[in-house]
Amino acid sequence: MNQQRLIREIFSGNAVIPIFAVLASFVFGGILIAFANEDVQEASGYFFARPMDTVTAVLNSVFGAYDALFRGSIFNYQAATPQAMIKPITETLAFATPITLAGLGLAVGFRSGLFNIGGQGQIIFGAMFAGYVGLSFEAPFLIHMPMAVIAGLIGGALWGGLVGLLKATTGANEVVVTIMFNYIALLLLTYLLKTPVFQAPNQVNPISSPVAESSRLPAILGDGFRLHFGLIIMLAMVFVVWWLLYRSSIGFQFRALGFNPNAARTAGVNIPLTYVLVMAVSGSLAGLAGASQVLGADKQLTVGISATFGIDAITVALLGRNNPFGVLAAGILFGGLRSGAVLMQANQGVPVDIVLVVQSTIVLFIAAPPLVRALFRLPKPKAVQA
Amino acid sequence: MRLELKQITKKFGDFTANDKIDLVAEPGQIHCLLGENGAGKSTLMNVLYGLYQADGGEILLDGEVQTFQGPGDAMAAGIGMVHQHFMLVPVFTVAENVILGHEPTKALGFLDIQAARERVREISNRFGFDIDPDAIVGELSVGVQQRVEIIKALLGDAKVLIFDEPTAVLTPQETDELMGIMRQLKDEGKAIVFITHKLREVKEVADKITVIRLGKVVGEASPTDSSEELASMMVGREVDLSVHKNPANLGDASFKVSNLTAFNSAGTKVLDDVSFEIQKGEIFVIAGVQGNGQTELAEAILGTQERVSGSISLEGKELLGRSVKKVLDSGVGFVPEDRTEDGLVADFTIAENLMLDRSDRPPFARGVQLQLKKLHQFAEEKLKQFDIRAQSIFSKAKQLSGGNQQKVVLARELSRDLKVLVASQPTRGLDVGSIEFVHEQIVAARDSGIPVLIIATELDEATQLGDRVAVMYKGKIVGIVSPDTPREELGKLMAGVTQ
Repeated sequence: MNQQRLIREIFSGNAVIPIFAVLASFVFGGILIAFANEDVQEASGYFFARPMDTVTAVLNSVFGAYDALFRGSIFNYQAATPQAMIKPITETLAFATPITLAGLGLAVGFRSGLFNIGGQGQIIFGAMFAGYVGLSFEAPFLIHMPMAVIAGLIGGALWGGLVGLLKATTGANEVVVTIMFNYIALLLLTYLLKTPVFQAPNQVNPISSPVAESSRLPAILGDGFRLHFGLIIMLAMVFVVWWLLYRSSIGFQFRALGFNPNAARTAGVNIPLTYVLVMAVSGSLAGLAGASQVLGADKQLTVGISATFGIDAITVALLGRNNPFGVLAAGILFGGLRSGAVLMQANQGVPVDIVLVVQSTIVLFIAAPPLVRALFRLPKPKAVQA
Repeated sequence: MRLELKQITKKFGDFTANDKIDLVAEPGQIHCLLGENGAGKSTLMNVLYGLYQADGGEILLDGEVQTFQGPGDAMAAGIGMVHQHFMLVPVFTVAENVILGHEPTKALGFLDIQAARERVREISNRFGFDIDPDAIVGELSVGVQQRVEIIKALLGDAKVLIFDEPTAVLTPQETDELMGIMRQLKDEGKAIVFITHKLREVKEVADKITVIRLGKVVGEASPTDSSEELASMMVGREVDLSVHKNPANLGDASFKVSNLTAFNSAGTKVLDDVSFEIQKGEIFVIAGVQGNGQTELAEAILGTQERVSGSISLEGKELLGRSVKKVLDSGVGFVPEDRTEDGLVADFTIAENLMLDRSDRPPFARGVQLQLKKLHQFAEEKLKQFDIRAQSIFSKAKQLSGGNQQKVVLARELSRDLKVLVASQPTRGLDVGSIEFVHEQIVAARDSGIPVLIIATELDEATQLGDRVAVMYKGKIVGIVSPDTPREELGKLMAGVTQ
């Protein structure tokens, strides 16, 4: 089975699948939490003597964990001040910002039949470009900040567009190229952080100075919260991507290419040029995620600037079925898992990794059916055949 | 052996492909299963061959009920199938191909290829096939490959033979020879089921005819019935099989192809010095057996064929070497050979498909902003004008029947300002009703005063539609003749025979 068809199949199908996948993954996560819980283990030792002990322990562990997850990600009703109560949801949105931005970018690629998994690299390039503008000079806020953001967008677009160019001219497979480009970007950043280009003076660690005040994305709810202007950019981009895909002729050609490249070619779509455009747009959104991190969240360049946002973005695009609003919902869900996991570990001793497991099972549940079919060459279940 | 199908029912979801079908094939008879594409013929045969499991009904051989879990069971019970698309391994020899699946072995499991060779020779001599058991299948012509399929079926000791649309890929001569082979098989006492939608063939060889429509048996017919009667049964209403057109009102030759030569990626010459001119108001048909360079010719005109030299000019402007977009913009209407693969985006709506090649310009776009209102208006109009049967303009192309899909493609192409219309196999796989409609549209395009180029693989279509017919063979035009040239002569040209 060819790659494009596999991608198309993974992303097509019933729209309720993601919802069930999320629910099923939480159930699966609950089972793991119960198994890993010490009280449950102890109580199950005398299960036949007092079975209710085990049941109680299981319920306590699972509800305790998910309650902590809720308090850590949405609303902490146990907190002392109103500020602390709403802090979790702002944390969720802060995490959701880069994940959603990069997820939107990847969704544009997937919609167009290009399996861009170079989110990491494109985020890093966006961060480097934005960081460079933020570090290297001073300017009035109204000029400096937009300039830095746009620089991030351009950085991502270049790094993504280059992949498109390679695909268009040499037929290189974008999956392989983007994976390699992720390494190149990361190593380049690591190198530059040890040279005067980025490294803060008198530093031995690979860390830059803080970016200029005038280039920063301002905080939205004051200094007590991590929420910054990147969130507004992200929400705006949800609409921009929706408009691009469904209301512009460029997006129409993107989608035509994604669904049926042969028909697109026959209808006169310039396929090589479209490859470059798709990858540039895709990369530019990931680049914005990088800019948002360096100008809003971290306020300096570090080796870990992209965290795992580029990887999470793949899942988010998958879960959001490449629909901009779906991606937003999935991004917020993932942001919530991230911010909630911290409290879950602190409070209930549930390892943070459980969240990773939940995230991974979501992917598995969504992608598995077509993937399994492709691997074992099973026929597609057909609804109608003439 | 007597084959009897009783009340066979096969459903795919809500769709009933076969609805209580009865069929009896007697030994020593050729039983034709006549029906349009999508009527359920192939489904029925796949049930019989064990590829599908029936949802109801029974298969009986000599009165005994059979259950086939797969083709292996069917073959073991004496059913042989000659598939529409050959199931042969091109790099294997004939002998290797025919024993595939039930390889004869000697001691220690060594392959007994010698025995296979002997059997191939024996059957080949019996039917006058003249097949070398050591020939590589991929190097044989399509007609000969089909004989290999027949040998394969006979080697399995088949007593019931199913031919699934066997003539689709054959020249008229090869078709005649196949008919001869079928008669010979019948004389040997085999029961033959011949699936087809071609009336001429049915009338020629059938002993009995069963007509199916929309998954149901609509009745038996006799080979002596007229073609119109058979077609009416098949379609379910009165049909007119001829193409109506007025004498051509010719203008100057505005579409010229000269010295067109092309190579495929393997370096083989696929177009060999092709030259022709088409006048305004003329339908010029390229006839020939599939795979003789027609696809490449169409692609060369569109601008997607690589390694091509020569010239293609439209009203004095050179098209060769231009991008697809420029070619389309210069007034070329293009109906591709494979509409689902190249003509439509299956997951797009009808409306979206209607603007596929004009999405970046007025009236469908202002700047890059799509004008959806205008598009929907346009689509509603075309839906009516081209009688596209769909729930709405928002139905996806993949939900449409082949005929309606083709209407969408035609509606799109004919709505542009055309200076030439190029259509590859415009009626391939369509039902009779849609064929009539497509032919009308093509004739209307011609009468509007533009040159029309049609690539046809069915000889009847070529001669009925064309004002002139060119025959292509191995990438060359071997003759340009009048459409009233006798069938035999055209057949010879299609086989590459020139005086």
